[in-house]
Amino acid sequence: MVTVDASRKLFQPTRRRPRRPDDTRGYRIFRAVNGIILTGVVIITLYPFANIVARSLSDEGYIRSGQVNIIPRGFNLDTYRLVMSDSMFWTNYRNTIVYTVTATVISIVLTTCYAYVLSKKDLKGRSALVGIAVFTMFFSGGLIPNYVLITSLGLKNSIWAIVLPNAINVFNLLVMKAFFESLPTELEEAAAVDGLNTYGILWRIVIPLSKAIIATMVLFYAVSFWNSWFTAFLYMDRSELFPVTVYLRNLIAGATTATSTGSSSDSLAQAAANIQAVTIILTVLPIIMVYPFIQRYFVSGIMLGAVKG
Amino acid sequence: MSTPSTVDASPQAQVPLPPVDELPRRGRSRPRSRTWRRALRRDWQLYSLVILPLVFFLIFRYLPMLGNVIAFRRFQPGGSVFGEYWVGLRYVRMFLADPTFWQVFTNTLILGTLTLVVVFPLPIVLALLLNEVRARRMKRFVQSVSYLPHFLSIVIVAAMVMQILSVDGTVNSIIRALGGDAIPFLQQPGWFRTIYVSSEVWQTVGWGTILYLAALTTIDEDLYEAARIDGANRWRQTWHVTLPGIRPTMITLLILNIGTFMAVGFEKILLLYNPLTYPTADVISTYLYRMGVVSSNFSYAAAIGLFEALIGLTLVLSANLIARRTVGTSLW
Repeated sequence: MVTVDASRKLFQPTRRRPRRPDDTRGYRIFRAVNGIILTGVVIITLYPFANIVARSLSDEGYIRSGQVNIIPRGFNLDTYRLVMSDSMFWTNYRNTIVYTVTATVISIVLTTCYAYVLSKKDLKGRSALVGIAVFTMFFSGGLIPNYVLITSLGLKNSIWAIVLPNAINVFNLLVMKAFFESLPTELEEAAAVDGLNTYGILWRIVIPLSKAIIATMVLFYAVSFWNSWFTAFLYMDRSELFPVTVYLRNLIAGATTATSTGSSSDSLAQAAANIQAVTIILTVLPIIMVYPFIQRYFVSGIMLGAVKG
Repeated sequence: MSTPSTVDASPQAQVPLPPVDELPRRGRSRPRSRTWRRALRRDWQLYSLVILPLVFFLIFRYLPMLGNVIAFRRFQPGGSVFGEYWVGLRYVRMFLADPTFWQVFTNTLILGTLTLVVVFPLPIVLALLLNEVRARRMKRFVQSVSYLPHFLSIVIVAAMVMQILSVDGTVNSIIRALGGDAIPFLQQPGWFRTIYVSSEVWQTVGWGTILYLAALTTIDEDLYEAARIDGANRWRQTWHVTLPGIRPTMITLLILNIGTFMAVGFEKILLLYNPLTYPTADVISTYLYRMGVVSSNFSYAAAIGLFEALIGLTLVLSANLIARRTVGTSLW
């Protein structure tokens, strides 16, 4: 029964007391092994990145003969020059930025509005509004009806096919709702007494208090739109409309078909290896650069969602 | 809901309310609609904020659900979204008699099970290991590094998998160094499941520890103290205090994982498979993608998709029910 009580005490503050390690011989051995395992985890996680960087800087001849692992061979920056001189790459890169910014702005506006209303505990019909959103987490229309719908709405080859169908992520919605519920109601009540209407309260009181959560949501949405490829792959037919993820996908898909057809076209596929590596790096660079700053926001956002969800 | 509405409608309850709520007594409307009208009048600005989000949910979430009727109707591209006329269970019978369907169904079950068995427990193990690290900075460093793959696009992950496993890649250079012959991993059906599950581990395990680490910090230190006094060593403390402490988190995540069981990594498989590996790699979602979007058999693909979604919903509902009955933890 002690154990059940422990589980019930989720998220209650506990007295932190330095835990005295049981310094038995077995535990010391365990800690050494643990250190080795975790070092292994770090190495395995980082290795692919190191490998890609090495490949991007290497001469294709060394890559083809399987000599490039973590140290670049035949160091050169020509591949970077080559990829960066491809105007389609930049067109698609710009598309990614445009799609991400537009989609994030729309998502934030819709999610904030809905979450704010859902956080009003005594609003009539609130539970129905929550239910409408939550049900879609467990049952969705599926690929085909969505495809048919988007096509018949005439959204193919338009930015709206990417932006609109994913405008609200229900998980993000619930995180935001949880945050709004945690805000003190006194401020809003005082503002209402001073004659502010609902829009005024939301804009002048609630949003300024919610900068942190809105920043987190911007990151959640922006990263997911930046990384997405399938929606664009599905609804975009013209290469000048692709985001950079689809550009990369076509690059790697081309490489697999080439290797699978046999040795004659092998050199073609391998010549793309360092080009692939460079494209990967250029695509992932913005994420890696902001990662150290955004990581903790993501973690805190997930926690907030977990407490409520 | 019925209790407060009758109270609100009774004349006694109306006396202390501000004049806004004294609605004109038009006709003999039922209490329910009366309170709705009052709510709308008082909170119309709040309700106005949900209009656009609701339109989004209706058009892009609920309309496609209704669109599934094309599984039972003749559908013509360019015609109505809901098809032309009823054909009954024709498409359902068709896919049940389709040997490829059963092949991809089996593949889905195998990949789903492998993912659940291998990928689900690993974050728990990693979280427990991280929990034993005393050096704060070391712990934070390992966490930061292990979260990183979560933030990558699936296209990037697939591209990395291809680079590492290509004939000139690292894995093959190790095999050659050990005296073996290079293996074209991505062209061999026998390797696909291993590749899929390992890349899934690489990408998701670190991020998966977050919720467990959060749950671990909430376990009462007194329980460890008590266990130590009772003579429990480190291992027994983990078994009898730590694991039961994170059990609600484990069960919640297990139910959620079971819910996505049927939809196994559609996008990743789409990027990693090719006709050579279809025998092990092709799953329900990729098959219906090719049937529907590529070959334009929309009704047939919709029938398969509906079947898949219903199994998914059944799985999550039953997992939730079992969890509630047996261990008392559930999603709702």
